[in-house]
Amino acid sequence: MTPPASGKASAVDTLGGGPRRRRPRVGRRGRAAPLPLLVPALIGLVFLVLPLVALLIRAPWHSMPDLLTSTEVWQALRLSLVCATAATAVSLVLGVPLAWLLARVEFPGRGLVRALVTLPLVLPPVVGGVALLMALGRNGVVGKWLDSWFGVTLPFTTTGVVIAEAFVAMPFLVISVEGTLRAADPRYEEAATTLGASRFTAFRRVTLPLIAPGIAAGAVLAWARALGEFGATITFAGNFPGRTQTMPLAVYLALQNDPEAAIALSLVLLAVSIAVLAGLRDRWMTTR
Amino acid sequence: MMQVAGGGAAALLALTACSSSDDDSAGTSDPSGSASASGKLSGEVTVFAAASLKESFETLGREFEKAHPGTKVTFSFGGSDALAASITGGAPADVFASASPKTMKIVTDAGDNAGEPATFVRNQLEIATLPGNPDKVASLKDLTDADLKVVLCDKTVPCGAAAEKALTASKLKLTPVSYEEDVKSALNKVVLKEADAALVYKTDVRAAGDKVEGVEFPESADAINDYPITLLKESKNTDTAKAFIALVQSAEGQKVLTSAGFLKP
Repeated sequence: MTPPASGKASAVDTLGGGPRRRRPRVGRRGRAAPLPLLVPALIGLVFLVLPLVALLIRAPWHSMPDLLTSTEVWQALRLSLVCATAATAVSLVLGVPLAWLLARVEFPGRGLVRALVTLPLVLPPVVGGVALLMALGRNGVVGKWLDSWFGVTLPFTTTGVVIAEAFVAMPFLVISVEGTLRAADPRYEEAATTLGASRFTAFRRVTLPLIAPGIAAGAVLAWARALGEFGATITFAGNFPGRTQTMPLAVYLALQNDPEAAIALSLVLLAVSIAVLAGLRDRWMTTR
Repeated sequence: MMQVAGGGAAALLALTACSSSDDDSAGTSDPSGSASASGKLSGEVTVFAAASLKESFETLGREFEKAHPGTKVTFSFGGSDALAASITGGAPADVFASASPKTMKIVTDAGDNAGEPATFVRNQLEIATLPGNPDKVASLKDLTDADLKVVLCDKTVPCGAAAEKALTASKLKLTPVSYEEDVKSALNKVVLKEADAALVYKTDVRAAGDKVEGVEFPESADAINDYPITLLKESKNTDTAKAFIALVQSAEGQKVLTSAGFLKP
């Protein structure tokens, strides 16, 4: 029985160009691609790349230095990077064990739990933000107690941003890691446990190194998703410069009265995303 | 065979009956809407309107559709600045009603209007507090209390600009917990009890009913917003769009707007 590895495969393809499948390539069957495939493929490519090219074409290059050295931009960028990284850390700490649970432990209703975990993937982020308010807001189901017992309120705080981002980003990590776990051979773990290791030791010493690439892929996906998060953040954490105003919020609000600044901010975000994806991809491929 | 033919005849009859009754209803509705004399109105109009106009414009839209069967008024409510940006960006709209001359100017500067914008109502700020006003907010100055979570509209939005004007005029420094993207999201932070107070319009306080409590403050007189409305150049249905603007400006329209708390222009 071959376990399904779709989650992993997609994550790998997105980021690493499928490093595992190094098969003999084009040269051997160098016939031209059939038109019914080639034409939509090229249209698809243009569709994805054109908006980004347009951003570059319309960029106000002469005023870029001024726009990019303003403190608001750096504030928003720093906040975005810090929050996305923190959200990824939260996703790792909670998401990897969750993925392990889904992949390795048989329990009734596992399919339902998996569906619930992936729900934030398809849920509009604004809905996620409203849901978070209902749960963790000052008057929320749980937030009410946080407030009255510990005096902790999460909306309008940087912690609120991290929570909103982790909420939408963690499913990416869970799906990716679970796919990797299912593809990894459980016999190594079983061998470790028969040799006397506890299940946790086996997870830590055998499973974790085995699935490290999947975790890395998931973490990158989650980080990228957190960096771009807008809807849940503005709904749950509000918008205040330096505290909850991340780059996407700054871009959105700048677009209202200063489109040039919005383009400049977008380019910064684009550059950061490309740099991180490219950097991690290289490292990741050499570890293979 | 006969049966089929009979059925066909019945269908034909039904069709003619239908169309004649259609004519009838149009004929009877025309005199009632005779203000816009120039023939029968039809088709769809898209109205981009400031978030604060939501309740009143939805009422007026329903009245309009009832008075002119065959028309349909579609609204897009949002921050005036966001709406202005999408209009200059080419969004298909027939009418734009904004909450400040400044956001209207974005559209007129881009030449996207047809005809001069006209002020149709004015609106004044009010403090929205939690029901029963548990924090005993009585003045604008009370909002500067550091323990109070206050939300304002972002400065790019008319309600935010007005709030800033009122605060500057009274030399108060207020640090909110959030600058919201439009007046309704500022209001809703209080409705959801996430914030203790918000600076919103009188009309929003009234529309929220008993979910918030309004506190008037004298400084709001320094920051009254004019609401301009205009026909847009891209309008594909100018007659119907003009008729809707006429309804907004008519005595009937003004009645709906003032009962929502708007001030006469």
